[in-house]
Formats: sequence, structure tokens, C-alpha cells
Amino acid sequence: MCLGIPGEVVELYDDRPDLAKVDVSGVRRAINIGLLEGDDRPVVGDWILIHVGFALSKIDEEEAAAALAFLEGIGQAYDDELAALADSLIE
Amino acid sequence: MRFVDEFRDAEKARALSAQIASLCEPGRHYKFMEVCGGHTHTIYKHGLEDYLPEGVSLVHGPGCPVCVIPMGRLDDAIAIAEEPDVIMTTFGDMMRVPGGRGSFFDSKAKGADIRMVYSPLDSLKIAKQNPDKHVVFMAIGFETTAPSTAMTVLRAKAEGLDNFSIFCNHVTIIPAIKAILDSPDLRLDGFLGPGHVSTVIGCRPYEFIPAVHHKPLVCAGFEPLDILQSVAMLLEQLRQGRAVVENQYTRVVPWDGNRKALEVINEVMELRPYFEWRGLGFISHSALKVREEYAAFDAEQRFAVPGVRVADPKACQCGEVLKGVIKPWECKVFGTACTPETPIGTCMVSSEGACAAYYNFGRFTRERVQVAIRS
Repeated sequence: MCLGIPGEVVELYDDRPDLAKVDVSGVRRAINIGLLEGDDRPVVGDWILIHVGFALSKIDEEEAAAALAFLEGIGQAYDDELAALADSLIE
Repeated sequence: MRFVDEFRDAEKARALSAQIASLCEPGRHYKFMEVCGGHTHTIYKHGLEDYLPEGVSLVHGPGCPVCVIPMGRLDDAIAIAEEPDVIMTTFGDMMRVPGGRGSFFDSKAKGADIRMVYSPLDSLKIAKQNPDKHVVFMAIGFETTAPSTAMTVLRAKAEGLDNFSIFCNHVTIIPAIKAILDSPDLRLDGFLGPGHVSTVIGCRPYEFIPAVHHKPLVCAGFEPLDILQSVAMLLEQLRQGRAVVENQYTRVVPWDGNRKALEVINEVMELRPYFEWRGLGFISHSALKVREEYAAFDAEQRFAVPGVRVADPKACQCGEVLKGVIKPWECKVFGTACTPETPIGTCMVSSEGACAAYYNFGRFTRERVQVAIRS
């Protein structure tokens, strides 16, 4: 729950400006990007740090790799988080 | 993974280790608190204490939101979950947290409809799919998750949902740090500031720590080299006789935080006069509740909650662990009566709890080895 997980924005929706389709370690789900405004608003190809279905900050690819390595080191907790994300129904 | 190697490079770690050693005054002992459970995890996982000289020790802080929920609040949540036609939704981390009358898992086994969700937005979807039920979201966390809960309430209102509410247990990090600074139990020389909380609140709210308490704080990233570099930055300040807030984690933490996130929290929630923290007791203005304008989405207004304070089990020393007064392995029940499978205290439940981190990595720490040698 507390884990910030990195994901890459793969699609924006014209009819839902608050959502983006994001790829997190191969899992693609809708993520709310309503907390990122102005210059922070992500476009396709940007990396974001996600907490419980919401993007809290835009990050660069290097930081995304570092965050991912941290999470993979955590093991079970990250697996649980990914499994939870895979079950997510955000719309 | 070229990038990652840059944060894990053993050469760089040794160089930082040498720098840290050179910054220490001979004979002086430095004690720094890592506020965030994520840092605790990195420290144990990578054995970072081995890279620090004898005179530098790291102690854990209260930055694990699951760990600081008092038992009485969990009993309240279970009471709501056991109301007729209620679906309680919660992050998976909360399921095994023991309350005075058992855990969410126990209550679910007895028939309560308790479901794990990834996001508060998933709870909202469940509410839409179950118009004849009332769906409650067990809202927990520091400023990292509070904006998400607030955004979800705003969305529920915009969609006109009348069968969704939150049981709000959001806490704020600054009053907890104040409580620790005011506690006579512990003498600290500085803080490693939390990374992700700071993406929301920024670095300014920490400025009272140097201004009032004359101690430095460095917002730190989660990689091993981030933490070693942050320790070096703290020592550098102390050597120069300075105490300021610095940001090591500029890759992610903006100095001013996330303004939009703070706005939505403030729109939906306000500070409670006081709130109980496990182990730290009652701390004034340390938690959030739903504003009156959004009372329709406040489970505490919709349901009668017992609101009974429940004392922690006598054997459990989570409070001392959360304040950094003892190390997890110094607790009487650590690894014997209290394990991740059968936790007595919250610090053993969450993956970011100090006890679970210690238990999972099973490290013989420096102190433990020394104690073993002495005895």
C-alpha cells in the first residue's frame, strides 16, 4: 500500500483526462493522473510513480529503474502489490 | 540494468563509507532516525549498518502507517464491517493487523464481507456494482495516500453515489516527528526524511526541526547509495555546525511538494483535535477527518462506532520500536510469540514494519553480535 511503483504511460484517453493507461512491469491498467497538473502532466512515454492507483509524481527513466530495482528487492510485498494492481478495476 | 548499478555500485558504497568515517568526530556517537519504513527495509536488506562506523547508528521511526493504527480503531472498523449490508474494503496490508477483537481476516471468516482492494477507486467501483449495499473504504496512510482518498471522495460526490463512505484514519507525519523530538526517551542528532511523503508535502514543513530543535534533516531516496549519501550529508552539516533541511532525493521530491495533492486533501479533510497512535499515544492535530461538507461520505457519521481505546498487549513493545527506543530484536516476543504469520504487534505485520524487515532478513546486526560476544 505504501509502495510507490513506477509505470510508463502508454495511452491517454480523450474522454477521460484524469486517467491514463500505464504499464507496470507488464501489467497494463488505468491509473488516475488527476494529481499531476501543468508541467507535471504526463504524456505517452513518460514515467510516473504510482501510489494506490494515483500518479503522485513524474520521474525519469533512470529513477524508474532504481525504484523498480528497490521493489524487486522487496520481493513478496511487491508481488502482492502487482497482484493487487492486476485485480484493479479503476475506471 | 545499467541505471540500477549506479545506485548499488560497491565501489561507490565503500567511498561513501570512507567519507562518512572521515566526517565523524572521534569519540562522538551519532544517532539518526530514518522516519520511513521504506528506508528501514533498505537498511536491513543491504546490511547498510556494516558500511557505517561504530559511532553512527540508525534508529527506526514511526513511518509505517499500518504500524501506528491503534487497536481501538481497528475494532471500530470491524464493528462497521459487521453491520448488515456493509462491504468493507481495505488494502491487503491491513487484513492481518490484530485489533482487540481479532483482525479483518478473523471477522471475514465469521461472515463479514471484507474485500481487499488495490486503490480507493476500486472501492468506488464496488459501490457502483452493489447499489443495495453500503461500501466503506478503510482509509489509512500518511500524506502519500491521503490525496488518493480525497480524490476518490470528490469523484463519489461528482457521480452522486450515496452508498460509499470512508473510515478515515489518515495521519500526518510532522506531528509524529514533533512528538518524538519532545520525547525524553531519545536523543537524536538528525533525521533521514521520508521520500514519498515528501513528494506531497515537500521539504518546507520540516524546517521547524533545524529552526526549533537545531537538528538537520535530509530527505532521502530508497537506494542503498541514497541512504549512505544522506548520512554523509547529515554528518557534513553537523561538522560545519549547521542544521538545515536538505533534499538528497531531488530525482523525485520537489521542494514545494505537490500543490494539487495538498489542495484536494484540504478540500475534503481537516485536522482532528487529537488522534491516538500506537506506541506514541495521543498526539494533537496529528490525523485527518472528513470535513462536514462531505459528511455523507464519512463512515464515522453514518455508523455508530464503539470508539473504545484498547491497550496494546503487555508483551508487545511496538511503541518502543516505533519511537526508536529499542531495536526489534530487543522486544521480548520478537521472533518467538510474534512472527509475520502470527503477529502480536503491528510492526511485524506490514512489510515496512521494522520487526518484519528484521525478521525477513534475519541479520545479525552489529549490536546483536556485540551483545552475544559480551554475554
